Amino acid sequence: MATQIKATGSSNGRWIREDRERGLFKVSREAFTSQEVFEHERERIFGKCWLYLGHGSELPNANDFVTRNVAGHELIFNRDRKGEFRAFFNTCPHRGAMVAREKCGNALGFKCFYHGWAFNNNGKYATRYPKGTYPDDFGKSGDSVDLTAVPRLEQYRDFYFVNFDADAPSLLEYLAGSTEILDLVSDHSPNGMEIVGGVQEYSIRANWKLLVENSFDGYHAAETHETYFEYLFDAIGGTAEEALSKMSGASQSYDYGNGHAAIEGQAPWGRPIGRTIPAWGEQGEKDIALIIAELEGRVGKERASRIATRDRNAVIFPNLVINDIMAITVRSLYPIGPGEIRVSSYALAPKGETPEYRKRRLDNFLEFLGPGGFATPDDVEALESAQTGYGNAQYAPWNDISRGMLKEEPANDDEAQMRCFWRQWAKLMEEE
Amino acid sequence: MAEMTVANGEVEASTLLSRAEYEDFLFWEAQLLDEWRLDEWLALFTEDATYDVPTAGSPDDVSSSEKLFYIADDYFRLRHRVTRLNKKAAHAEWPRSQVSRIVSNVRILGSDQAGVQLRSTFVTHRSKGDVIDMYCGHHLHTLCQIDGQLRIRAKRSMLDMAHLRPQGRVSIIL
Repeated sequence: MATQIKATGSSNGRWIREDRERGLFKVSREAFTSQEVFEHERERIFGKCWLYLGHGSELPNANDFVTRNVAGHELIFNRDRKGEFRAFFNTCPHRGAMVAREKCGNALGFKCFYHGWAFNNNGKYATRYPKGTYPDDFGKSGDSVDLTAVPRLEQYRDFYFVNFDADAPSLLEYLAGSTEILDLVSDHSPNGMEIVGGVQEYSIRANWKLLVENSFDGYHAAETHETYFEYLFDAIGGTAEEALSKMSGASQSYDYGNGHAAIEGQAPWGRPIGRTIPAWGEQGEKDIALIIAELEGRVGKERASRIATRDRNAVIFPNLVINDIMAITVRSLYPIGPGEIRVSSYALAPKGETPEYRKRRLDNFLEFLGPGGFATPDDVEALESAQTGYGNAQYAPWNDISRGMLKEEPANDDEAQMRCFWRQWAKLMEEE
Repeated sequence: MAEMTVANGEVEASTLLSRAEYEDFLFWEAQLLDEWRLDEWLALFTEDATYDVPTAGSPDDVSSSEKLFYIADDYFRLRHRVTRLNKKAAHAEWPRSQVSRIVSNVRILGSDQAGVQLRSTFVTHRSKGDVIDMYCGHHLHTLCQIDGQLRIRAKRSMLDMAHLRPQGRVSIIL
């Protein structure tokens, strides 16, 4: 159960300074620049937390596979001959070469191109040699020559996560209240959801935590994205005043536990799931009315209204962003050093959408999101500018994340959700 | 000698120009972009024009109704893209990056009622702050003639790269 975010105490850690009385929250800029911090993160955060691997819809059939890099590890995410979902380290047990080098495919097994070792798609060693080449019990007596499975693979509502720590708690326990976010986006459709083809893979020359903060930062929108909003008010039709007058309900932030958090509110853009704009015309109104009627019948009026008309930005700790805004983006991000992020950004959409509707959704996605959108490139510029600015950390050492800290109920343009992230980050980094 | 295919009916021979003339047009387009003369660049387009940049490594015939792109502009959004890039508040491109485009390997693919289809390869360098990024790929242009002037009816810039690393953005017009 999600709770409204409240300040939880004061602390004076190495990286976080929190003064609950005065409502001050500071984060050390060293946390963004230090090689030592990065190496600690690999061990204590990316080595211990559940990390998003992929969506079940990406592997619709038995024998389908995709290759992914998760926190520096090359992985195979696949379904075996029985249709079971699996995750393997993409490295040959023989001498280490990657056994799958395509981005995706359908294969009964994997064969290493280096010396030809072969494996079934359940990971089992399947190479034949003349008798006497290897011992008769080769690979069967604690010297496995199978592909190495990732220690843990679990899913919630078709979102598959891995954990490199065999002793980690279950995914469900880890997700805590953040299952609400996965439920809300999964309930958009009666047919289930799918990842649309075409992934935006890009990088940013900044620390990964800057992108985490930015992904659910309502405060920066009006300032950084002024040019987007100028476009938007022309694109949606009608006046800015009209569009803004339709916004209702206070915005909120949610603390889902374990560092997961979200903000929720309303913005003037169209939502393909349930908020039309004048530019979509009468047809748009009709389409949206039908979608809402189906939604209400399936999940009830109150929940349908939340799904259809509220915008939300969420971060599932440490690095899965789910932004259910003018379209739905699922974005995972990994550091490859203190100052470089690898981003993979996907569009999530209802299965069985009509082509016209899919086009409307993707157009909506592109107007704001991604490397060619009217907003994301300016975010990237801001993040890189901050990273460069941290070169002065010795003399200007602290970031301020205090906004709204003394409020009973912080809004979506406060920074309570970021404080949830940072408290969990500090807890994992400082734990004895 | 270019291979010539004629689809959707006959094309009057008089509407086809020489490759050198099409090349001149593409070089002029590149120069306008290099010099950030974006209003003049936009004026090269017809008002039903489209401008696409699919995700890196996509096939030429990929559809923006089915796949996620980086950019899939109709003329309305293209006009806004230019309006936006003309403002200082387009932070990704302010201060403006310095850009240099090489356009080469121009071929006439064919023509139909929409116009003449051209394929060219490009290498574009973008320099801003401490970094110089390179984009490479090929353009697919559909050009038509209106009142004797060549105009762009469609431009699709295909990035012949596996991903957008390290560039991270397509904040310039390719």
